[in-house]
Amino acid sequence: MSTPASLSSRVAPIAWRLTTVVDVVQETSSARTLVLDAPGWPGHRAGQHVDVRVTAEDGYQAERSYSIASAPEDSRLALTIERLDDGEVSPYLTDVLQVGDRLELRGPIGGYFVWDATLDGPLLLVAGGSGLVPLMAMLRHRAAVTAADARTRNHMPARLLYSSQRWDDVIYREELARLAQNDETLEVTLTLTREQPQGWTGFRRRIDRMMLAEVGWPPSERPQVFVCGPTLLVESAASAMVDLGHDPARVKTERFGPTGGSA
Amino acid sequence: MTEPFVSRGFHGRREPKSAAVRLPPGQYETRDFPVLSAGPTPHTALATWDFTLRGANGADVRWTWADFEGLPHESVKTDIHCVTKWSKFDTLWEGVSVDTLLAEAAKRGVEPAPYVLAVSDGGYTTNLPLANVTRGKAWIAVAYAGAPLEPEHGGPARLLVPDLYFWKSAKWVRALTFMQHDKPGFWESFGYHNYGDPWREQRYRGDE
Repeated sequence: MSTPASLSSRVAPIAWRLTTVVDVVQETSSARTLVLDAPGWPGHRAGQHVDVRVTAEDGYQAERSYSIASAPEDSRLALTIERLDDGEVSPYLTDVLQVGDRLELRGPIGGYFVWDATLDGPLLLVAGGSGLVPLMAMLRHRAAVTAADARTRNHMPARLLYSSQRWDDVIYREELARLAQNDETLEVTLTLTREQPQGWTGFRRRIDRMMLAEVGWPPSERPQVFVCGPTLLVESAASAMVDLGHDPARVKTERFGPTGGSA
Repeated sequence: MTEPFVSRGFHGRREPKSAAVRLPPGQYETRDFPVLSAGPTPHTALATWDFTLRGANGADVRWTWADFEGLPHESVKTDIHCVTKWSKFDTLWEGVSVDTLLAEAAKRGVEPAPYVLAVSDGGYTTNLPLANVTRGKAWIAVAYAGAPLEPEHGGPARLLVPDLYFWKSAKWVRALTFMQHDKPGFWESFGYHNYGDPWREQRYRGDE
């Protein structure tokens, strides 16, 4: 009897580990980054996530998944957490947890929604809200890799289309501007769907097919596409990419949030 | 012995006891129906949809949508558990039991085997032991909450295997292929558990 090695070989479980909060960054009124010291962290790929487990004094526990925001090259592990007002865990992480507190997590998890900075063509990132987090890990990874040799940028040009409700909801706003300013092969396009600052000349509607055609590459360029955000945004953006002629196998998605009423 | 870790300042919500006993470890109850898939939602027209059972002996049997509609349907009320931590109670489905399909297939010479690979539109696959899809444990579901299954939830038809984490309930399923030997499917190849029992919290490779 032959059994595939991946099934028969014993693999150690992904262990829970205690990390320490070494910094917190308030990104927007509802999103906060936790910078963690994670001794023995095995490393991760851009786009992966961790499972966080919090434990009350009586032993009650809750688990949630959060995307990793930091690049594999960063010395610290960073998670950016969006506060859900009716959430059980996210308000604890955004409002209660402080520098010096410990946080239990395990990871990295997920091997499909990942991007490694290789020289294999253009990258299109499409995000809504805190769906930017795993894509930011990709941009930071790309920046770290291309910093050593700026010419490599030309082999992996990147475009980000990011939908937020308001200017003040744009997470990593200054860092995105800085990255784009220093790199002519990175384009960052924002659409502000609810409220725009005075003099705003950019997009002000939800991401749609026309916008994706305008901002993204044509299918002939065979971009790798990553879409992350609320379900409705991901559904419509991913479908639009397929309608535009992109290979569905090159459109990777990650969705969160309720379906908006449909069963 | 080290002291068990406590998260400073975390109190948490307690599910009512009636809910708590129905929740596998690490899960929380949601009233929404979240959508999770790795890629764009395929839209397959009913006119071109079909469903195939492939025996390990090479024989196969195929149903068109019209054929499928003619098979006896069952109603299923069940709790479902997603590996991303949400559980949903008392979901209502309608579909054809895999037992029914197997009985039909047996008449046409399709022989089962110890493992099954579910194959979907869009290329998704997931593997299951035969024992988890027989004896009233699995259905090809075509309706949810009294309405045709929506594409984003796997319509026109998805596998429904409530005993295992919900990634095993393959959306947009088009075939079940019997295998003599187990073979990891899509998520099972990307670090998720090969079996996926929520009550043993078998989320990732190496768990338990």
